[in-house]
Amino acid sequence: MAASLQSAVFLSNRIDPHRRLFASPARSLPGTKGSILVVRSDGRISGRLSGRNLITNAVATKADTPTSSTDSKPGHELLLFEALREGLEEEMDRDPRVCVMGEDVGHYGGSYKVTKGLAPKYGDLRVLDTPIAENSFTGMGIGAAMTGLRPVIEGMNMGFLLLAYNQISNNCGMLHYTSGGQFKIPVVIRGPGGVGRQLGAEHSQRLESYFQSIPGLQMVACSTPYNAKGLMKAAIRSDNPVVLFEHVLLYNLKERIPDEEYVLCLEEAEMVRPGEHVTILTYSRMRYHVMQAAKTLVNKGYDPEVIDIRSLKPFDLYTIGNSVKKTHRVLIVEECMRTGGIGSSLRAAIIDNFWDYLDAPIMCLSSQDVPTPYAGTLEEWTVVQPAQIVAAVEQLCQ
Amino acid sequence: MVLGRVFEDMCAQMYYRGKMFGFVHVYNGQEAFSTGFIKLLEARDSVVSTYCDHVHAVSKGVPPRAVMAELFGKATGCCRGQGGSMHMFSAQHNLLGGFAFIREGIPVATGAAFSSMYRHEVLKESTPNGLDVTVAFFGDGTCNNGQFFECLNMAQLWKLPIVFVVENNLWAMGMSHLRATYDPEIWKKGPAFGMPGVHVDGMDVLKVREVAIEAIARARRGKGPTLVECETYRFRGHSLADPYELRKPDKKASYAARDPITALRKYILEKELASEAELKDIEKKG
Repeated sequence: MAASLQSAVFLSNRIDPHRRLFASPARSLPGTKGSILVVRSDGRISGRLSGRNLITNAVATKADTPTSSTDSKPGHELLLFEALREGLEEEMDRDPRVCVMGEDVGHYGGSYKVTKGLAPKYGDLRVLDTPIAENSFTGMGIGAAMTGLRPVIEGMNMGFLLLAYNQISNNCGMLHYTSGGQFKIPVVIRGPGGVGRQLGAEHSQRLESYFQSIPGLQMVACSTPYNAKGLMKAAIRSDNPVVLFEHVLLYNLKERIPDEEYVLCLEEAEMVRPGEHVTILTYSRMRYHVMQAAKTLVNKGYDPEVIDIRSLKPFDLYTIGNSVKKTHRVLIVEECMRTGGIGSSLRAAIIDNFWDYLDAPIMCLSSQDVPTPYAGTLEEWTVVQPAQIVAAVEQLCQ
Repeated sequence: MVLGRVFEDMCAQMYYRGKMFGFVHVYNGQEAFSTGFIKLLEARDSVVSTYCDHVHAVSKGVPPRAVMAELFGKATGCCRGQGGSMHMFSAQHNLLGGFAFIREGIPVATGAAFSSMYRHEVLKESTPNGLDVTVAFFGDGTCNNGQFFECLNMAQLWKLPIVFVVENNLWAMGMSHLRATYDPEIWKKGPAFGMPGVHVDGMDVLKVREVAIEAIARARRGKGPTLVECETYRFRGHSLADPYELRKPDKKASYAARDPITALRKYILEKELASEAELKDIEKKG
């Protein structure tokens, strides 16, 4: 039933399956075209990348090396929202059928500036400012996709897409199937979600758990400028409907990304930090809380393996499974609600497939099942914090 | 029209004999405007319908055999048995569905019209014979729903080549249109959004055709959408599983007297456009 899936990974042509376990998609690596990187769990690097600095505990913090010469390093630095825009722009240049529609994407440039500058360049029809009618313009995007276009539909805040649930569930997810495969729906539905800084309950929603049951829908979550651009491009090229989850607090992350064109694999997870003691599975903003906790854990003598699952549906059980087989302990750290969240499904999938490899019950840290409060201190407590992650790992590794 | 009627009657037969399952909604009595509109369209134009889509499919050119096979859930059906009665699709004939939730097809139709406009304006594809037109069919019940209004607005905003056809059979399953709608004249909602709103007797295929010619030509020329309200009646219940005792028998009888097929038959014979024998032939083939 699925149309052809995007599979390009710029590193992967010659990685053999045995080594793939350790292969980092080089999130922190400056542009290297077509070379293989093998990162051992102790941080040793082997492969054709002499003279590169690999940061194994990758945390994209604010730019703290302004004085180091950036001219000599390959690639270019940008913020996450700029990376998304770059990816979108490259795809719009490449294929004139790619268009954007959403509220304030055109003249206003997007609520988080992801589409800034695109309307003057491509025109008002290709970067379409819609009225406030999520259900209908999402449906319109779907109809356009059925008839040859490749729309990128923006929800100004992911939460607004709840208004479009009818279209996303019934038409986006199902039409390819109910039409007997006659129509494909190559849409990308994207937008900022997640808990921000006191945005209030309705602007702090995590829709990944609500959408995950919809059959026919593919979901990915970006977390760094590098994977944001790569996933945006992959999602646009995919003939499947893809929901790309962005996070309100990650738009200003800065990173150096390759100058060369690259597209990431939608179904692949990202090895952030190889380790031996415990597998920590996370995505989106929680990746940073996990890495912060990892620093503390390393100081305490633990060696966590951190994987950013990126692909929320389907799960990359290959990468995850290999990790479970190595560490035998799993901690899932997510921002969505505990009840019916991504963590619940992931836990079930791991239990179904890797039960024999587990030495301890799978732990899952999720947000509280409450509407996000406005007060900052309360809001903080509804979301998983690094201290809780440290405590969880200590408990798991007893 | 005859093919449509015969087809739907056969569906009913099969259903009541226990050979067809699920929710099956038939179109008896409403053939005039599906024929009136769809027969004016070209192959490149699109049609979007609701769950009452068998006759739209057949009129648009989908082989009746494929539609019937779909109703029986066979792999030879137009959707490989995966869609069923309420989800008829044909990429080849530009039939974009078949939607079970009324109103969810209207944005899809708007999107198809958007594509058509996009191909002309952005991709600069030449359109010597005018834009590809999309016709969206839906019922009176839909006209109280948000997506209907949202699409009227967007279609007019961007002057999309679309015709919105309301099949007003006065009943949304068991809910009378008059009980659900404060202002029951649906055609008036067109001008409220800036487009022409037309009311036509949906039991008369020739009147419908006149209106359709103009609406489709308007869209083709890039003048934008039209809202057409066709007053009609369903001879059978909402679905084959639904007893229709809410409707009064005398009302049903009065509409039965206006059966579009009988009316057209009478017209043809009166105007001597064809002979009795030729008409019998058509009925036999159906």
